[in-house]
Amino acid sequence: MTESTLLSWIVFTPLLGIPVILALPKEKKQLIRYVAAITCAIPLLLGVYLYLIFDPSNTGIQLAHHFVWIRSFHIEYYLGVDGLSILMILLTVLISFIACIASFGIEKYLRGYFALFLLLETGMLGTFCALDFFLFYVFWEVMLLPMYFLIGIWGGPRKEYAAIKFFLYTLFGSLLMLLAIIALYFNSNPATLVDGTPVPHTFNMIKLITENDFANAPALLGFAFSKIVFIALFIGFAIKVPIVPFHTWLPDAHVEAPTPISVILAGVLLKMGGYGILRVNFGILPEATVWFAPAMALIGGVSIVYAAFVCLAQKDLKKLIAYSSVSHMGFVLLGIASFTEQGITGGVFQMWTHGLISPMLFLLAGVIYDRAHHREIEGFGGLAYRMPEYTGAIGLAFMASLGLPGLCGFISEVLVFLGAFPVFRTLTIISAMAVIITAAYYLWTIQRMFLGKLNEKYKDLPDLTWRERFTLYPLGALIVLLGIYPAPAMSLITDKLMNILQMFHG
Amino acid sequence: MEHIGTADWIWLIPVLPLLGAAINGFFGTRLQRRFGEKAVHAVAILMPSLSFFITLGYFIRLMGLPEAERQLLCHLFDWIHIDTFTVPLAFWFDTLSAVMALMVTLVGTLIHIYSTAYMHKDTSYWRFFSFMNLFMFAMLTLVLGDNFLLMFIGWEGVGLCSYLLIAFWYQDIDKAQAGMKAFITNRIGDFGFIVGIFALMWALGGGWSDSGFTLVNPGQLTVVFREVQQYVGSLEGATIFGMSVATFACLCFFWGATAKSAQIPLYVWLPDAMAGPTPVSALIHAATMVTAGVYMVARLNFLFAMSATAMTAVALVGALTALFAATIGLFQNDIKKVLAYSTVSQLGYMFLGVGVGAYWAGIFHLLTHAFFKACLFLGSGSVIHAMHHAYHKAHNHDDDPQDMRNMGGLGRHMPTTRWTYLAACVAIAGFPFMSGFFSKDEILWKAFSNANTLVPGWILWAIGATGAVLTAFYMFRSYYMTFSGTFRGGAETERHLHESPKAITVVLSILGVLSIVGGVMGLPHLWHLPNWLEHWLAPVFHGSQALVKWGEFTHSTEWTLMLVSVLVAVTGFLFARMLYRDNRSEIPARMLKRFPAIHRVLYHKYYVDELYDATAIAGSVGLAKVSDWFDKYIIDGIVNLTGYFARFISWLHGLSDIYLVDGLVNGLAHASGAIGRWLRGWQTGRIQTYLYGVLGGGLVLILIRFILFD
Repeated sequence: MTESTLLSWIVFTPLLGIPVILALPKEKKQLIRYVAAITCAIPLLLGVYLYLIFDPSNTGIQLAHHFVWIRSFHIEYYLGVDGLSILMILLTVLISFIACIASFGIEKYLRGYFALFLLLETGMLGTFCALDFFLFYVFWEVMLLPMYFLIGIWGGPRKEYAAIKFFLYTLFGSLLMLLAIIALYFNSNPATLVDGTPVPHTFNMIKLITENDFANAPALLGFAFSKIVFIALFIGFAIKVPIVPFHTWLPDAHVEAPTPISVILAGVLLKMGGYGILRVNFGILPEATVWFAPAMALIGGVSIVYAAFVCLAQKDLKKLIAYSSVSHMGFVLLGIASFTEQGITGGVFQMWTHGLISPMLFLLAGVIYDRAHHREIEGFGGLAYRMPEYTGAIGLAFMASLGLPGLCGFISEVLVFLGAFPVFRTLTIISAMAVIITAAYYLWTIQRMFLGKLNEKYKDLPDLTWRERFTLYPLGALIVLLGIYPAPAMSLITDKLMNILQMFHG
Repeated sequence: MEHIGTADWIWLIPVLPLLGAAINGFFGTRLQRRFGEKAVHAVAILMPSLSFFITLGYFIRLMGLPEAERQLLCHLFDWIHIDTFTVPLAFWFDTLSAVMALMVTLVGTLIHIYSTAYMHKDTSYWRFFSFMNLFMFAMLTLVLGDNFLLMFIGWEGVGLCSYLLIAFWYQDIDKAQAGMKAFITNRIGDFGFIVGIFALMWALGGGWSDSGFTLVNPGQLTVVFREVQQYVGSLEGATIFGMSVATFACLCFFWGATAKSAQIPLYVWLPDAMAGPTPVSALIHAATMVTAGVYMVARLNFLFAMSATAMTAVALVGALTALFAATIGLFQNDIKKVLAYSTVSQLGYMFLGVGVGAYWAGIFHLLTHAFFKACLFLGSGSVIHAMHHAYHKAHNHDDDPQDMRNMGGLGRHMPTTRWTYLAACVAIAGFPFMSGFFSKDEILWKAFSNANTLVPGWILWAIGATGAVLTAFYMFRSYYMTFSGTFRGGAETERHLHESPKAITVVLSILGVLSIVGGVMGLPHLWHLPNWLEHWLAPVFHGSQALVKWGEFTHSTEWTLMLVSVLVAVTGFLFARMLYRDNRSEIPARMLKRFPAIHRVLYHKYYVDELYDATAIAGSVGLAKVSDWFDKYIIDGIVNLTGYFARFISWLHGLSDIYLVDGLVNGLAHASGAIGRWLRGWQTGRIQTYLYGVLGGGLVLILIRFILFD
């Protein structure tokens, strides 16, 4: 393994575990679980290594693995990492590992589950590493299918409905994306492949960003080219974020998905939307981005406020957390639409902090579901008395999610608001008001579930087990540490973002 | 650039209590089980007391410095760093934060000691002390933070601890609810605070015009207090939302203060906060957290002084709250409720002080109030503790140990509690030479003589003085109802009444003495005595000195007003004595019958809680339900409808498949079969048949040839 192949190793290691798992006899459940965990641990360790050798002062692409893949279609195999993607890669390997440990409770069709799980991890990592647009699309689709089966087979009572909804929604988005990719390809300038062969058009994303200006491309279906392509791409990515009104697949998918899949969904999958918007929309179509920014901010603001109110009315703990994700991902859009240093840094950092906080929340929702076999908030009461440690953990996660200063969620939230304020004053103030509602729905949930007289039905619930601690504590520790000392994560993004910003400020 | 000394260990002041909170938070259960309560409170008391001694050490160092250089900085690292924008994690120890930190650590440590007796035998002893230490951390961060965002950590942190401690006995759902109310109300304020930060910071670096925001001076984008003060000149003429930036920002900050420091209109959480254990009420809801808003205004004196509108708002809200809360306090029967409204009212006086530009006087009252109100709360705690114990022994579980109507005559059983309570009463009522007299009188005088607010000074003074009569009245009412006359809680209960343990009485005595003598730090100029506090704080308020203006009044005016203050205190006291001493007078009961409406309105706090429930809370919940409905039936409805439509289309396709496409395919198959069968009939194998066929065919061909081609 050399530095140039490091990314390929990270992306494809999970695949190596699949034949091993499928070859094991299905009775050896514990062995299957351990093999899966080890397979997930390797990318995690490689990710740490990647973090160590990554040079944050370099704003270009690092550790590229680049060769011609399908010569006749000018498609290359091109993986690389920069300040934007490294955070997402680190998040993916971490959350995947934690979700894998959390999957130890799965009993049904173990081999199939873990095979799909590992395939999913490869798809996600590939999406964040790919710099060839076609390759990007391939990974995007690779990730979609295992997710469909993981929800549809291992999910809750309405799993088929939720899985189909998720699948169709994402497929619709990726179809728009495919059309946009093809349109961009045919309007791109002549370029060369990595081995020097001249080609008339290119899928190379870096070349699309640096060597092409689509502002003057011929109109498409009577619309300005860059605008219609921008919107197609934006919808494709925004469905993943998700934004209001394309968000209703999320609560259904979350409620039906098994806990570890919810963790992946909230921790990583939602980030693909934000990542795609920054990498593709912002990078390739800066003029259209400027044109669309106010709308993007508005969508972000509406998502924040609207979803917060919907949260307040939820009765199912997991659904509440799912809607809070919609609200909190709205911050990402509001932040990046401002084009200020603080706003974009805040938006990207929000993806990271949400990627730590919401998996913790879903793990915690899973803990209580495993014990009580329901998630009705009103159905509990006084649990703090029986489960003090669990109460403490959920308290921490709630506080982080509502942006308590000193925890990492605060930094990203305050940066988003700070950055958005000069550009969208009124919208920012209204969005900031939603943090009151956020506090209200979390505290009300705590009160109904954990305070008051203990519900006699649950007087024998056990507190956290060691496996649960093993998944929760690392997340909790990171949430606290990054709240006080965010530099290790933030220093990775800032230089790269200055680079993105320069495209807008000339 | 002024010289700022560095001090490497200031960070220990807030961090030590945090460490204590962590130790008890993670290992408290085991500590308590294995080593008993001693191990828990040893850690919990050690940490804040260490903080106190470190603060004291730095305080002494500060005193040794030349006046202009009295500030120390402890820079740990850059908390947030984006390009040129940095938010340092740094603690700033200037003369203002120094006195605050000293008061917080002193009173905090005393209350920790008191709590060992008060919380004795509570199953969650460790949790209590962990939260208390956490509070100390948050409060000290609030006080010592050198920038807005660090202050905000403390600002929200004290709100969180307040929530945790109010809801400490969470199995009682009412207490849990009170905690939630405190947190959410504080959040409403925090929202304003943070918006103020945004507006202020961006206005320092640029400005808004019709075409949007332009950044002029990126180097001035800062949230550090010192730097904000340095660049504050660039706010001249800057506007936002049609008002000056200074006004907007100050009003936002003050909105935050009305929640944190329980002023109109966000005071509603504080009376409910009395659900928490009494030491919590003393520490958080009297001496420290609730004074954070006053501290903040004093800290930003250079900004508030720029806006007459903001100063007026602060002073007027302060004065009105002082009076309003005092009226509610008049007829409360729960001893802690009286003290709660008294706190709201006294905080109003502090805001009146900082609002009219007498920043040091506001801080002065903050400090003296910390002593006498902590003493009063702890005294009430001592009483409640004794009542609770006695009721318990007498197997009376129905009567409320906090209701003053069940008390009376406690002075005989609890002499220390009685005398310290009386000392604090005298101080808060403003009897001459007591601490509260000096501080309250200074505020009233400054309110009278100020030329900054848009409202004439004498009006502010008059509101404040009226409130002072009521203060003296309700405080002595509570004293007489509790300690004088005969016990009204039953003979069996009375047999079990006795004075509280040492940990309680010693702390009460210390605070009682401080309540009496605390005023010496700010003696009036009128008496030609040195005013240490004003002098000490002068460097902090240097920036606003030029902006704050005072009217010209003679000494005789000031003497007259001081005399009025004394009369006011004595009047209130005499009324209370006449009506409530020894519980002999019939007048209160008769008045109650005579004016039931007034009593009802006051007793129910003007129904403000009900009003908020009916508007803000019901509105939010309603909006939540509407949003949820909209999400379920409209947005998701459209999604599902699209799904159904797609399925309908495919069903149509299905139909056509069955009848059209399949029909065609099957039809073809049937047809060829039929033709085959028909044709098979012809293949008889007989030559004649074939010949007929050939002939027939030939005929047909000839016919066609003639018919078609001729």
